[in-house]
Amino acid sequence: MDSRVTRRRLWTLVALVVVAAVLVWVYLRLTEAGFDWGFIPAHFFDQTLIQGAQMTIFLSVVAQFFGILLGLIAALMKISKNPTLVAISGFYIWLFRGTPLLVQLIVFATGLYQIGIHLNLITAALLALSINEGAYMAEIVRGGIQSIDPGQMEAAKSLGMTYGQGMRRVVLPQAAKVILPPTGNEFNNMLKSSSLASVISVGELLQHAGDLNHLYFKTLETFAIVSCYYLAMTTVVTWGQSWMENRLGERKALEQQPGFWGRVRGNILSTRSALDHR
Amino acid sequence: MTNAVIPNQGPIVQAQDVHKRFGPTEVLRGIDLTVNPAQTVVLIGPSGSGKTTFLRCINHLEKIQGGRIYVGGQLIGYREEGGGLVEDTERNIAAQRARIGMVFQRFNLFPHMTALENIIEAPVHVKKTPKAEATARAKELLRKVGLSDKADRYPNQLSGGQQQRIAIARALAMDPMLMLFDEATSALDPELVGEVLKVMEQLAHEGMSMVVVTHEMGFAREVADRVIFMDEGKLVEEGPPAQIFDNPQQERTQAFLSRIL
Repeated sequence: MDSRVTRRRLWTLVALVVVAAVLVWVYLRLTEAGFDWGFIPAHFFDQTLIQGAQMTIFLSVVAQFFGILLGLIAALMKISKNPTLVAISGFYIWLFRGTPLLVQLIVFATGLYQIGIHLNLITAALLALSINEGAYMAEIVRGGIQSIDPGQMEAAKSLGMTYGQGMRRVVLPQAAKVILPPTGNEFNNMLKSSSLASVISVGELLQHAGDLNHLYFKTLETFAIVSCYYLAMTTVVTWGQSWMENRLGERKALEQQPGFWGRVRGNILSTRSALDHR
Repeated sequence: MTNAVIPNQGPIVQAQDVHKRFGPTEVLRGIDLTVNPAQTVVLIGPSGSGKTTFLRCINHLEKIQGGRIYVGGQLIGYREEGGGLVEDTERNIAAQRARIGMVFQRFNLFPHMTALENIIEAPVHVKKTPKAEATARAKELLRKVGLSDKADRYPNQLSGGQQQRIAIARALAMDPMLMLFDEATSALDPELVGEVLKVMEQLAHEGMSMVVVTHEMGFAREVADRVIFMDEGKLVEEGPPAQIFDNPQQERTQAFLSRIL
C-alpha cells in the first residue's frame, strides 16, 4: 500500500480517537454534575416546544417573504433615477440596518402602543422582522441587479421594451441566480433571529423553551433540545437551498412557455454548459 | 423578406444639428444627416469621434441637448411642447425603438434564453405576436442567417460570429424600418468577421435601410451607398465610397485613411 495513504489513515484514526476522548470527557463531566440525560428523550417532543417551533417557522417564512418583497421594492427605488425614491430607500436601509433588530421589535410592540397604535404582538413581530429583513434584502437585490451587464437593459430597450419589461423579463431572471445564495443565508439567519421575538412575548421556540425551563429548572437540558430544533430547521433550509440550486441547473428540456423560474433555470443551465465546454 | 414599413416617401433618418454633451464635454457638435429608404450609410472615423454616440442617439439610447432626429418622419425621443422640446413618455419612446433594430458590438444576447427564445422575445412580449407565428418567423430568420441548427443553443454555446448573427436575427424579428449597427464585428475574432459582414451585406442588398458604424473599410467600400467621415463630433466629409476612399478632399480624412489603410 502507498505509504501516503497509510499515513493519512493513521491521522484520521488519531483524530477520531481525540474527538471520542473529548466526547467521553464531556459526557462524564455532565453526568457527574447531575445532567439529566433522561430529560432529553422525555421532553424532546413536548407539545410546548412543537408549538414554539411552529411559530418560529411561521414568523420566519412570512417575514422572509415580505422581506424579499420589500427588499425588491427598495432596491428598485434605490437604482431609479428619481432622487426622492433614492432618498426614501436610502433612509429606510440606513435606519433599519443601523439599529438593532431587538430595538425595532420593542418599538413596534410597545413603543407604538404608547402612542395609541395597538398592534397584536405577532403582527408587531412580523412587521419588525419583515422591515428589518427588507433593508438587508434591498442591498442583496441591488447587488444582484447591478451585477448584470448594462448592455442587457440596453438590448431590451432597443427591442422596444420599457424599463419595467426589461427588468422583469431580462435583468431580474439573471439577477435571481446571484440573489439566491445570499437569500438562503438570510433565511437561515431569520430562523435564529426570530428568537428575539420572545422579548415581546411572542410564543415562538425560545419563549416556549423558557416556559419549559421555568417548569423543570433544567436549563442545559432544555436548551440542548432547543438547539437541536434550530439545527434541524437550519439544516433543512441548507438542504432546500442546495436542492433548489441543483434543480435549477438540471438539464431538462425547457417548457413550452418558460415562466419566471423557467427563465431562471435557463439562465443557470446556460452557465453550466459553459463550464462543461471549458 | 425584410418588409421594411416606410410610413412616407421622405427620408428614413433625418438628423438636424444634433448636439450632445457628456457633462462639459461636447461629443456631438451639430450633426446633420439624411438617410434615404433602402440606403446603407457607413460612419467611419477615429475612436472618440462620436460616431457610436450619434448612432445611439438615433434610437434615443442617448439623450441629445440640441437639434432633432426624425426616423420615418417621427421626431425621436422628444415631443414639441410650448415651443420647446420635452422628453417623450417612456411608452412612446419604447414604441419608436420597437421599429428601429440595433446590433451591438458585444452582441448583448439574453444569456438565459436560447437563440430561438432571444428572437421571439420582443415579437411576443412587445408586439404581442402569437407565439406560433413568432416562432415560425424566427425559424425563417435563423435560416436567413444560416443558423437553423442552433435554435435551441444558449448564447454561450455559440461562437462570437454565431451570436452576432443571432443578434441580427433578433433585431430583424421586429420588422424594423431601420437597422443600426454599432461596430458589429469589432469584438469578433478575425476569422469570424466575414460571416457577420456577409449577413449585413445581404440585408443591404435586400433594401434594408442601415446606418453602420464600422472599422471594416472593405465593407464600407463594397456595400455603402454613402460613407461619412466623422471627427471630433462633426461630419468632416461625406460621399460615395469611391470618392471618400480614392479621392478624399479633406486633410483629416486623408490622414485618417492613410493611417488605417
